[in-house]
Parts: sequence; C-alpha cells; structure tokens
Amino acid sequence: MNCRQVVELMTDYLEGALSTLDRARFEQHIAGCDGCTAYLAQLRMARKIMGRLADEPVPAAVEKELLEAFRSWRSTR
Amino acid sequence: MGQANVDSELEALKAGDEAAFQSLVQRYHTSMFKLAMTYVGDRGVAEDVVQEAWLTCLRSLDRFEGRSSLKTWLFGILVNVARARRRKESRILPFASFFRRDDSDSHRPTVDRSRFGSDGMWSDGPHSWDNIPESKVLGDETLQHVKSAIDALPRKQREVILLRDVAGFDAAEVSSLLGISASNERVRLHRARAAVRQQLEEYLK
Repeated sequence: MNCRQVVELMTDYLEGALSTLDRARFEQHIAGCDGCTAYLAQLRMARKIMGRLADEPVPAAVEKELLEAFRSWRSTR
Repeated sequence: MGQANVDSELEALKAGDEAAFQSLVQRYHTSMFKLAMTYVGDRGVAEDVVQEAWLTCLRSLDRFEGRSSLKTWLFGILVNVARARRRKESRILPFASFFRRDDSDSHRPTVDRSRFGSDGMWSDGPHSWDNIPESKVLGDETLQHVKSAIDALPRKQREVILLRDVAGFDAAEVSSLLGISASNERVRLHRARAAVRQQLEEYLK
C-alpha cells in the first residue's frame, strides 16, 4: 500500500470496516510513515474539535420560547 | 448515560418535569439546529423546524415506547420535519439552489494528487500538529474554521458529519436515521472529514 491509497482507507480503518488483511497492511504502512501517521492523528483531532460544536449554548430567547411551549403542553395534559 | 438514566429521563419528561426538558434542549438543540440548516438553509426557517420537532416530540411522547433512545427518536422526528419543510420550500425557491452539484457519493481521491510522488508516496506530506500549542489547536478561532469548513460541505456530507462528529451518533444510528447504507454513510463521512482536516491543515500550518 502506498500513501495515496492509505489516506483513502483512513475512515474505513477508523470505522473498523477493513478486512483483517487490509487492516494489517494499513497498520504496517502507518508504522513506518510519518506523513500518514500525522494525517490519521489530524483526522482524530478534527473529530475532537467538531465534538465541541455541540456545546455551543442555546440562545436564551430560543430556550425561553421552548420552555414556554413545554409549559403550555403540560397544562393541556 | 446508562439505560436506567435514560428511562428515568423519559419518565420525568412524561411527568411534565421542566428541568428534564431543559436539559434535553441544552444537550441537543444546537446539533438539531445545525442539522435543520442543512435542509432549509435559512436560519429563521431552521429555528421553526427545530421548534416544530420539539413540539411533535412532546405531543407524541405518550406513544413513544422507548425502542430507540430518546435522542435517536428526537433526531428522527427532526429529519422528518426538516425534509417535509424542504419539499415545501423547494416549490417556492429557485430550482438551482436545491440542486447544486453534490459529489458526496463519489470515490474520487480526497487528497490532491500533487501532494504525492509518482510512487504514490507523500512528496508534500502533512506536518504533525504535536508542536502546536493545544490552546491554539483547540481554541475558538480553530473552532470557527471548522465551522465554516462544515458549512461549505455539500448537503449529503454535512448531514452525515453533523450527526456523527457533532451530535455524536454511531454509524448504525446515522444509516438508519438517514435511510442510507453503511457504505454510503462511510463514503460521505470520509469525504467530509477529509475536507475538514484539509481546512484545519491550511489554518494551522
């Protein structure tokens, strides 16, 4: 496997979708390749950063409106 | 969160516990809004869609049997509401804005060929980020770059990466929420993550 092939298998690798043989070849390549090691680490870092996007606070006005909707739903039960 | 906690959360919600509802809103609203934006593209309409999804959720709460997690059920409702609204909007908005070229399912290389030599090995390989201070890599400015990288993705990639990497669903949940095969989901996720990484590389170099 060369680097150009390995980068296109990174997601399959992370998802556990590679065959046993391909996985072994992939890991063998990564073990001896700084560029692909860095690329894989960067994909993992990108995921970590994206996870933080969910933590953006809900705008106060939106939350207030939803809580009001909740109360009016509750009052009809 | 364990199954027992999830069940007690559902029970609290059914009992009208406002704090339980507020906690759900705080955990999921931002991801739901981002997902809605991939379908309707207008902030006001997207807020509407998310609100309708929450209301639908409350109104059908008594019929929810807990066969999936509350979170999966909630996002499933959101996808349905957003798709319906998109169909409605597409009758009003110009055709072109809804049918932009989308190569999400293509297997074309995600890394520019010019970065490899004729042997397929890196000639211009990525440099490790290990020496960049964590405060920069994980800082707010980086977050803004990631956000605009996601916004620039074709819709089919955006919905997959939002559900997987922002909302935190696993692969099987996303295939089922979107009604796509596991391999389709992987291809879209691969293209999306490669694009986000590429943007990050340009910013951090």
